[in-house]
Amino acid sequence: MLKVKLQQSQPIALDVELECKNGEILALVGPSGAGKSTVLRCIAGLHSAGQGTILCDDDVWFDRATKVDLTPQQRRIGMVFQNYALFPHLTVAENIKLVLAKQQDMPEKVADLLALVHLTGLENRYPEQLSGGQQQRVAIARALARQPDVLLLDEPFSAVDKVTRRKLYLELISLRQQLRMPIIIVTHDLDEAAMLADTMVVVHHGKSLQQGTPQQILFQPDNIAVAKQVDVRNLFQGQIVTTPTGHQLHWFDTVLDLGELATSYGEQAINWTISPAKVLLHQRVRPSRGEYENPISGTIIDILTLRGITTVLAAIPQANNLIVQMDVSEHVAERNKLEKGQSITMSLLTSAIHLMRH
Amino acid sequence: MDWQAFEVSIKLALLTSLSLLPVGLALAYFLVHTKFIGREFLEALITLPLVLPPTVLGYFLLVGLDSSSLFGGLFKSVTGQSLTFSFVGLWFASLIYSLPFAVQPILRSLETIAPEIREAAWCSGLSKWKTFFKVELPLALPGVMSALVLSFAHTLGEFGVVLMIGGNIAGETRTLSIAIYDSVLAFDTAQAQSMSLILLVIALVSIMAVFMFNRSRSRLVRL
Repeated sequence: MLKVKLQQSQPIALDVELECKNGEILALVGPSGAGKSTVLRCIAGLHSAGQGTILCDDDVWFDRATKVDLTPQQRRIGMVFQNYALFPHLTVAENIKLVLAKQQDMPEKVADLLALVHLTGLENRYPEQLSGGQQQRVAIARALARQPDVLLLDEPFSAVDKVTRRKLYLELISLRQQLRMPIIIVTHDLDEAAMLADTMVVVHHGKSLQQGTPQQILFQPDNIAVAKQVDVRNLFQGQIVTTPTGHQLHWFDTVLDLGELATSYGEQAINWTISPAKVLLHQRVRPSRGEYENPISGTIIDILTLRGITTVLAAIPQANNLIVQMDVSEHVAERNKLEKGQSITMSLLTSAIHLMRH
Repeated sequence: MDWQAFEVSIKLALLTSLSLLPVGLALAYFLVHTKFIGREFLEALITLPLVLPPTVLGYFLLVGLDSSSLFGGLFKSVTGQSLTFSFVGLWFASLIYSLPFAVQPILRSLETIAPEIREAAWCSGLSKWKTFFKVELPLALPGVMSALVLSFAHTLGEFGVVLMIGGNIAGETRTLSIAIYDSVLAFDTAQAQSMSLILLVIALVSIMAVFMFNRSRSRLVRL
């Protein structure tokens, strides 16, 4: 378990708190320059924060209060740099051998590590004779050679093309089954983080805004700042109104039933969101006769399809013509013959609405 | 052909370039790894012999190494030998005269090593010493070779400083370049020509050797 708490105002402001369990992948996400890499460098011992603590299991790596600040050599870390930083004058095998402690079964160890990252046969190549993907694998093997207590990866996929990237994602996912240490990965790519990580930490202007599962971060952000960072679609403002039967969300001329959702909020202006995947389309071919929950109607102003998912953008006249996005399967869009300019009705289910305080 | 002068020249150049190697490495390493106020001043000081007229440098060295000076006096009281007009004094003066040629190439090649490479070594558990010997030094090898050869060739061709500090003592401080000057003054053109040719060939071959070494290495590993 790695526990990190860092604060500083210079040279860039940091106010970060995160925890990563053994065997877990934690993704630090945020825009470029948000301070993600600095956090990683602090964990590696390449940068000392002004305040804070870094604990790895029972070991104190950094504690400003007691003036403990271990060097990178003293911390058992494996680090994969953004451009891999392989030693250019050494072959693949030598790059790894240099890191291994003096042992008799060295060639065997090197072979094991290379097999782990699918590089057997490339022992005698120099880094510049390798593709980007192969270089990344060497960097991972070299990082693991030290048998680290924490594995750190700084934008490990940014230097390879898209096709290679997909392949490397799958390799990392299968590799992690064999790893027992906390793995921290820095990325600015939300999809990448959501796919690889068990837990995400959103960093913005050096501050960690929220730690949670990808599901929580992407669909139940704590506040508007996180929502903006993770590019939440369907982000709106409304007003909670108490009625004798419960709470309602007043959204321009639309009233949405909140049921028990807003019990802890009281009457207040609020930000709210609903995942486009959870907006329910009312079938046009076989209309149901039952009552719909929180129905709204709108006009389709655009339809986009990407990899089997159709995103429908509908303007809602009852909500000042704001646009609601709805994701449906491509075949659902086809079966319902959705087209630009058509009127549709949808349900914003109470259970799918997420409220965020101001 | 003055073989004695040839021997003094080669001995001086070899001794100077070899003893400048650790000095150049240490100074360059220090300049790359340490941030301090006055860095520019130190760098300028090291580079100064490159632009200073050899007679000016020779003059200051003559004053500084003379037995009446603090350093020269101390040296004489310990060894019983004068630094001026001696081979040791010449060697000492050559160290200063050729210092920029030893430091600059190593400094430049250490500076081209990306910071992440060093950090990757530290993060791999390599101590600073091991990082230097296993990563930085091999990567800076072209610079080290240049430093070695340039300081050798530069010392070999030294004239003004030698004349100021060493004078013209056969077998002790008379180098080839001084012997050439002597021959010309004595209208012995044939001797001056053959000795000049020797210096020309040595200089050309040594610089070519550096280029060839560095090229063959970059073919192997593009740095």
